[in-house]
Amino acid sequence: MSSPPAVLDAEVIARPSEPEPAGGRRLRTFTWRLLRPVVVIALFLAVWETAPRIGLVDKVFLPPFSQVVRAWFTLLGNGQLWEHVSASLSRALAGFALAILVSIPLGAAIGWYRPVADFLNPILELFRNTAALALLPVFVLILGIGETSKVALVVYASAFPILLNTISGVRTVDPLLIKSARSLGLSPIRLFQKVVLPAAVPTIFTGLRMAAASSILVLIAAEMVGAKAGLGYLITASQLNFQIPNMYAGIVTIALVGVVFNGILVAIEGRLSGWRTTN
Amino acid sequence: MSTQPKLRLRNVTKQFEIRGEKDKFTAVEDISIDVAAGKFLVLVGPSGCGKSTLLDLLGGLSSPTSGEILLDGVPVTGPGLDRGIVFQQYALLPWRTARKNIEFGLEAKGLPASERKQRAEHYLELVGLQAFADRYPHELSGGMKQRVAIARSLAFDPEVLLMDEPFAALDAQTRESLQDELLRIWQATGKTILFITHGIDEALYLGQRVAVLTSRPGRIKKIVDVDIDRSGEDVRSSSGFREQRHHIWSLLHDEVRRAQTEEVSHV
Repeated sequence: MSSPPAVLDAEVIARPSEPEPAGGRRLRTFTWRLLRPVVVIALFLAVWETAPRIGLVDKVFLPPFSQVVRAWFTLLGNGQLWEHVSASLSRALAGFALAILVSIPLGAAIGWYRPVADFLNPILELFRNTAALALLPVFVLILGIGETSKVALVVYASAFPILLNTISGVRTVDPLLIKSARSLGLSPIRLFQKVVLPAAVPTIFTGLRMAAASSILVLIAAEMVGAKAGLGYLITASQLNFQIPNMYAGIVTIALVGVVFNGILVAIEGRLSGWRTTN
Repeated sequence: MSTQPKLRLRNVTKQFEIRGEKDKFTAVEDISIDVAAGKFLVLVGPSGCGKSTLLDLLGGLSSPTSGEILLDGVPVTGPGLDRGIVFQQYALLPWRTARKNIEFGLEAKGLPASERKQRAEHYLELVGLQAFADRYPHELSGGMKQRVAIARSLAFDPEVLLMDEPFAALDAQTRESLQDELLRIWQATGKTILFITHGIDEALYLGQRVAVLTSRPGRIKKIVDVDIDRSGEDVRSSSGFREQRHHIWSLLHDEVRRAQTEEVSHV
């Protein structure tokens, strides 16, 4: 199967091609790399724009993208969008920050003391596999329908990925590095600070990114159930009021928030673990 | 000159409990050896000669079941900066540059930043890596990594340098050039070096004395004084080298054969 293309390639290489400046080719590959993601997104948006217009889907339920954009700018102009975004963001960030403050030290402690990790593992597995949203009614019952229960839900949802990744990050540090540092007579605290923690950073960041994604997910769901502001509320309220473009504007905003959130974490991760071979 | 050896192992024995068995496993047995200051001693042995055990004992990461290890006459009780260990797998911190890796031991020693920098610079120069000071380990070749590891262990100025098969993971050419490099560094610094290897050629080329170990348990079979003229070209092909090589080979060969038959009989 693979031989014909190989022959073809050989021909292409063998044929004396037009003398092309190396810089030109490099510029082309560079622009292509820049354009490639844009092309796919543009294609997707084009389908979104044309499908309702040519009647493939109902215009009412899926308005063309341009209409959604218009709705989005209207919401931006009258300040509604910012109100909802800031409501959601402050909940998500508060919950996320609390989860980090609790999970990283706790995970480090659990991972460092192996017996503790082995002892706690079953309960952690149990909680981790309990979908956070299933606990939403419990949170509402105990903490009410206000901010507290939503932030608590975000904390719960993002704490586990961070916790479990911190534990595994600390546990899987190359034993040779620990041995080598111990042979230098480093105290356990210094060993932890200078060897174990830096070595665990990449794994911890994987947890942070998973946590960021799930924190937004549960928050939106919680806002859909009971809230007076927030992107989840915007989406359900628009749907109930039949302001379908607004609903899609909310969904697009969530996607953007998610992408930006992840992008920020990736950037920080790049700075902290630029030493890895993957770069 | 004091007559006291730099490093002295006196009847060192290390046993481990085996789970579910009454008998203890003896890793090394009754090892006695002295290394005078500034000397280069090589331990060569078949697999199962207890070399990792011995290294842990010397590094102070575990303590002997009986016997003692003395450094300048003082028993070794734990890890410390008076011994520097160079591992086969480099053990460099991947998130630190070559320079920062060298400074690692100096941080443990508690030196101020300016002196750390100065010393790191000096040892980078000693191993010929100034140009690569700000590279991360994954950007360095195996030979360069091991040079950084050697520089790191020398930088905090230990009394003894312990080397655990440091060149075993390198290709033949790099190994030979690093062996020469090590001899040069040894002469330049006057360090006492204890070097562990499987390779007879390496042992003979580097060591002033070569201690041949037995396997299971590790004991000292014989200590050979190496007498080779290292000034000529291609020392490894000289007749003197070949003769002594054969001598150590036959000492070791019996051990290798014994170890193999034992392994087979275990199965």
